[in-house]
Amino acid sequence: MSTLDKKLLRDVARLWAQALAIALVLASGVTTLILAVGAYRSLEETRSAYYERYRFADIFASAKRAPQFVERQILEIPGVAAAETRISEFALLDIDGMVQPATGVAVSVPDHRDQRLNRIYMREGRLPEPGRIDEVVVNEAFAKAHKFELGSEFHAILNGYKRPLRIVGIALSPEFIYALGPGDLIPDDRRFGVLWMSEKALEAVYDLEGAFNYVSVKLLRNAIEADVIDQLDTLLKRYGGTGAFARKDQQSHAFIDAELKQLKAMAQVIPPIFLLVSAFLINITLSRLIALEREQIGLLKALGYTGLAVSWHYMKLVLIIAIVGIAIGAVAGTWLGQGLTRLYGDFFHFPFLIFQRGVDIYVIAASISLATAAAGGVRGIYAALTLPPAVAMSPPVPTHYAHLAVEKFHIFRHFSQLTVMAVRHIVRWPIRAGLTVLGIAMSGSLLITALFSIDSIDYMIDVVFFQADRQDATVNFSDVRPAEVLQSVEHLPGVLAAEPYRSVSVRLHHGHRQRKLAITGKMPGADLSRVLGRNDVPVALPESGLLVSERVAKLLNLKRGDTVDVEILDASRVRGPLGLKVDPTRLTPDPDVKPEDFKASPVRGNTRRVQIAGIIQSYLGLAVFMDLRALNELLDESPVVSGVHIAIDTNRTDALYRKIKELPAVSAIALQGEALRKFRETLATNIYIMTAVYVVLSVIIAFGVVYNSARIQLSERAREFASLRVLGFSKAEVSHVLLLELALLVAAAVPLAWIIGYGFAWATVQGFESDLYSIPFVIKANTYAFSTLVVLAAAGASALLVRRRIDRLNMIEALKTRE
Amino acid sequence: MFAVEGLIKIYHTGELEIHALAGVDLALYESELAVLLGPSGSGKSTLLNILGGLDTATAGSAHFRGSEITAMSERELTRYRRDHVGFVFQFYNLIPSLSARENVSLVTEISPNPMKPDEALGLVGLGHRLDHFPAQLSGGEQQRVAIARAIAKRPEVLLCDEPTGALDSKTGVQVLEALTSVNEELGTTTAVITHNVAIADIAHRVFYFGDGKIVRTKINKRRVAPSKVQW
Ligand SMILES: Nc1ncnc2c1ncn2[C@@H]1O[C@H](COP(=O)(O)OP(=O)(O)O)[C@@H](O)[C@H]1O
Ligand SMILES: [Mg+2]
Repeated sequence: MSTLDKKLLRDVARLWAQALAIALVLASGVTTLILAVGAYRSLEETRSAYYERYRFADIFASAKRAPQFVERQILEIPGVAAAETRISEFALLDIDGMVQPATGVAVSVPDHRDQRLNRIYMREGRLPEPGRIDEVVVNEAFAKAHKFELGSEFHAILNGYKRPLRIVGIALSPEFIYALGPGDLIPDDRRFGVLWMSEKALEAVYDLEGAFNYVSVKLLRNAIEADVIDQLDTLLKRYGGTGAFARKDQQSHAFIDAELKQLKAMAQVIPPIFLLVSAFLINITLSRLIALEREQIGLLKALGYTGLAVSWHYMKLVLIIAIVGIAIGAVAGTWLGQGLTRLYGDFFHFPFLIFQRGVDIYVIAASISLATAAAGGVRGIYAALTLPPAVAMSPPVPTHYAHLAVEKFHIFRHFSQLTVMAVRHIVRWPIRAGLTVLGIAMSGSLLITALFSIDSIDYMIDVVFFQADRQDATVNFSDVRPAEVLQSVEHLPGVLAAEPYRSVSVRLHHGHRQRKLAITGKMPGADLSRVLGRNDVPVALPESGLLVSERVAKLLNLKRGDTVDVEILDASRVRGPLGLKVDPTRLTPDPDVKPEDFKASPVRGNTRRVQIAGIIQSYLGLAVFMDLRALNELLDESPVVSGVHIAIDTNRTDALYRKIKELPAVSAIALQGEALRKFRETLATNIYIMTAVYVVLSVIIAFGVVYNSARIQLSERAREFASLRVLGFSKAEVSHVLLLELALLVAAAVPLAWIIGYGFAWATVQGFESDLYSIPFVIKANTYAFSTLVVLAAAGASALLVRRRIDRLNMIEALKTRE
Repeated sequence: MFAVEGLIKIYHTGELEIHALAGVDLALYESELAVLLGPSGSGKSTLLNILGGLDTATAGSAHFRGSEITAMSERELTRYRRDHVGFVFQFYNLIPSLSARENVSLVTEISPNPMKPDEALGLVGLGHRLDHFPAQLSGGEQQRVAIARAIAKRPEVLLCDEPTGALDSKTGVQVLEALTSVNEELGTTTAVITHNVAIADIAHRVFYFGDGKIVRTKINKRRVAPSKVQW
C-alpha cells in the first residue's frame, strides 16, 4: 500500500465520527428513495401480476335482472374479449359473539365450469357444491378476523331469510383486494365479508333463475373502453342496469389505486427531496472538510505530488464516505422497502408478492450521491489546489474583519468581546454562514415534510367524523323506502335521532366531460350528517340545485351557476306501485310482496338539467348534495329514502344491533365509530410507519448536519481558540464563542426550516389527491414545534460533543499545526 | 546552479501592496552552502519559495541549470519540485497521521532515485525513531524527520526555511549538523534561511537581506563547524 493510501486510512480513522455522520446523512437520502420506490414498484408489479393471472375484469355493470341470453349479446359488443355473468347481492350477517351487525356480499360462482374472470385464489378448502345454499367460500381476511376455519358457521340474511352458512373454502380475489363494506372508508375485515356461493343456489334464493344481475367484462387490447361502456349501458338499460363502469371506478381497484397513488406520491416527492437535500448537505460539508486540508494539500504539492495525485487522494476520502453512505442506504432501503412491501401486501391480502428492485433506482441514488459528494470534494480540493503551495501551507493570513455597521450605535458595548467575535465571524463569512443556516433549515424542513401528513389526516378525520358526518351509524335499506320509514327507525331501541337520506346513482355531464357518481339528498336542516362549505363550516342546503365538492367541480370544470345534465342511472325498486300496499312504517318482512311488485324508478335513463348552487368541501369521494325533496322531485318519485343516519344511545347499542339484525329491509349498516377506529388503525400501520421511517431519517440528517457544521467550525478556528486559551480565556469562555455562533445560526435556521418545510409539504400533498379522497393541506403548530425541537436537540448534542473537543484542545499543538 | 535576475514579488492584501521582493539578483553555485540572513519580513522566505517552485514571481527571472523556473507551467513546476528540490520548512510540516518513516516514504515513493527511508533517517540520527508519529517526537526530531524527508530523494538543491527557528540551540546544532553533512557527503547545493547571525558562519557564502533586497554578500574565508556555533 502506498504511503498516501496509509494516510488516507488514518484520515478516515481520525475523522470517523464526522465521516460516519456524513455517510449516514447520505444513507438516509438513499434509503428513502430505494425504500419508497422499491415498495411502490413491488406493490404495483404484484397487483398487475395478480390481475393478470386471475383475470381481473376491465368493465363491470350491475342490473336488476338480466336474462342469461344477454350474455351472448354482451360478447358481441366490439372490443369485448370475455364476459362473466353472476349474481351479486349485499346481505346482513349475523355472527355468533359479534354484537354489531356485519355486512357481506354474496357473489355467485359458476357451478359446472371455471370462472372466466375475477378468478378466486383458493387458500384452502373447495368451492361450494352446486346448488348447496348452506355452503360458502369466504375471503381470507374475513375468515382471519373471525378466526373462522373450514367448517365454521355463521348466519346471513339472504333475501329476507336468515340462513345458516358453513365455510367450505377460504379464498382471495383480485376483485376484493380492498374488501370494503358499504359506507366504510377503510376495510374492516370483521364487519365485511365476501361470500362466494353456488350460482344455482343464489339464483333460487334471489328469484333470478336463468338471469343475472352483475356482469364483468374483459376487453380486447385495442378496445375503446368508453364505447363498450356505452353499448353495455344500452343493452342493460331495460334490465335495470345501473350504469357500467370501468376499473377506475371499481371500488377495490379505486381504493388500492388511491393507496398506491399516495405511496407513489410519497415515493416521488419525499425521497427525491430527502436525497437532494442530503446530497446538498454532503456537498457543503465535504467541501468544507476538504478545505480544512488546505495546508496538507499545499505540502503534498510542495513535495512534488501532482495536482491530480493530490486531488485523487482526497477524492478517495470523499468517495469512501459516499460509498459507505450509499451502501448503508442501499441495504437499509432494500430491507425497509421489503418490510413495507410485506406490510402493504398483508394489508391488501395479495396471494403472493413480487419484489421489484430495479437496478435503475440504485443507479440513480448512487450516482446522485456520488456526483454531489464528488462535486463537494472537488470544490474543496480545487480551492486549495489552485493556491501556490507556499501560500496553501502557510497559516491563512488573518482575515480582514471590519467593524459592523451597527457597531456605530455602540450596541456591542453591552456585549463581551467574545460575543462580538462570534457575531463578526458570521458577518465576515456570510456565504458560509448562509449555507450552514440553509443546511440546518433543510434538515428541519424534512421533518415537517415527513410529519405533516399526520396533521392533514388528523384534520381530515376531525372534519369528516366530527364536523360533517356526526352520526353514529348509517342504516342502508335494500330498496328505497317511503319517507315515513323514518318514524320506524326512530322507534328502534337506543335511537336518539334519525335523519333520512336518498342516494342516487347518476352520471353528470358538463360539456364533453362526464363522471359517474352519486347524488345524496339530505333534509335541509340535517344536523347529524352535515354539508360543509369550503372553509369547513356547515352550510345550508339550497332549495334547489346541486352542491358539488371541489374535486367534482375540478373534474367537470364546474363553477357556481353552471348547469349540468344529470343522467339518472338509479334503478332503485320502489316498494309497491307507488300507492303502497304495505304499512310504510314496517321494517319487517312482508311475505305477500312479490318481486313483480318492485317497480323500477320511472325516470331511469332520463336526463335532467340542474344548476350548480355552490361548491363545497368534501375530503371523501366525489360528493354531490341536493335537498332531499328537490331530489325526489327530480326523480319524479314520491318522498322516498335510501337510508337513515342515526345517533345512538351508547348504553343501548346491543339492543339496537340485535334488532337491526332481524330487519331484512336493512341491507347494510355503517358504524361511524368502527369506521373511524379502523381508519385510525389502518393509518397507524401504513402512514404512521412510513412517516416514522421518514422521521427517523430526518433526525439522522438533522443531527449529521448540525454536528458536522459545529465540528468543521471548530477545526476552522482551532488556532484562534487556542490563542484565546493562551491569552488566558477559560475553556467555557472559548466554547462560548463557538456555541454562541452555532446558536445564532440555528436560531436563523428555524424559521427558514418552517418556510422550506411548508413548501416541501405542499409539493407532497399535491400528489395525494384522488377520486376517493383529497387530503387537506394542514400543518399543525405541533409539527413545527417538533421539527424545531429535533433541530435544537441535534444542536444541543452537537454542542456538547464539540464542547468536549474544545476542552481537550491542545493549545500548543493547535497553534503549531492543525488538529 | 541558480541564476536570479531582477526578481520582484508583490503581494496584494486588500488595498495594501507589499513588495516582498523588490528586485533581487543572485547566483548560487553547485554544492555551495549558502545562508540567507535578514530581519523578519525582509523577503527571505519569498525568495526561497520561488526558487523551490512553491510560489510564482511577479516580475524578473530565476533559472535553474538554464531552465527558467519563473516561466514554468504548473505541471513543469511539479516535476521540478519532485525531481530536483528538497524543502525543509520552519514548522516541519510533517503529516501528523504518518510515522517518521512514512513521512519520508511519502517522498521516496515518487522520486526517481531515492534512498531508503531508514537510510535517510539514519543520516539525520533518527534511525531509532522510525515508527514514531510526529506528535511523539520533539521539535528537533520532527525537524530532522523533515530534513530526512527532503534529502531522501537525493535532491540537487536543498532549501531550508529557518530550520532551527523553532528549536533550542542544542537541537538546532543537531539539525545544522545534519544539513552540513548532507551538503558535504552528497554535494547537495543548500540554501538555509535564518535570522540568527551566528549560524551564518557555517556557510560558504552569506546573503544579507533587507526590505526585499540583498543588501550585502559575504564570503566566509573560514567556515565554522555547527558544533562550534553558539546562540
Ligand atoms: N501570502 C502572503 N500574503 C501577503 N503578504 C505576504 C505573504 N507572504 C509574505 N508576505 C509579506 O511579504 C513580506 C516578506 O515576507 P517573507 O518573505 O515571509 O519574509 P521573511 O521570510 O524574510 O521573514 C512580509 O512583509 C510579509 O508580510
Ligand atoms: Mg520567513
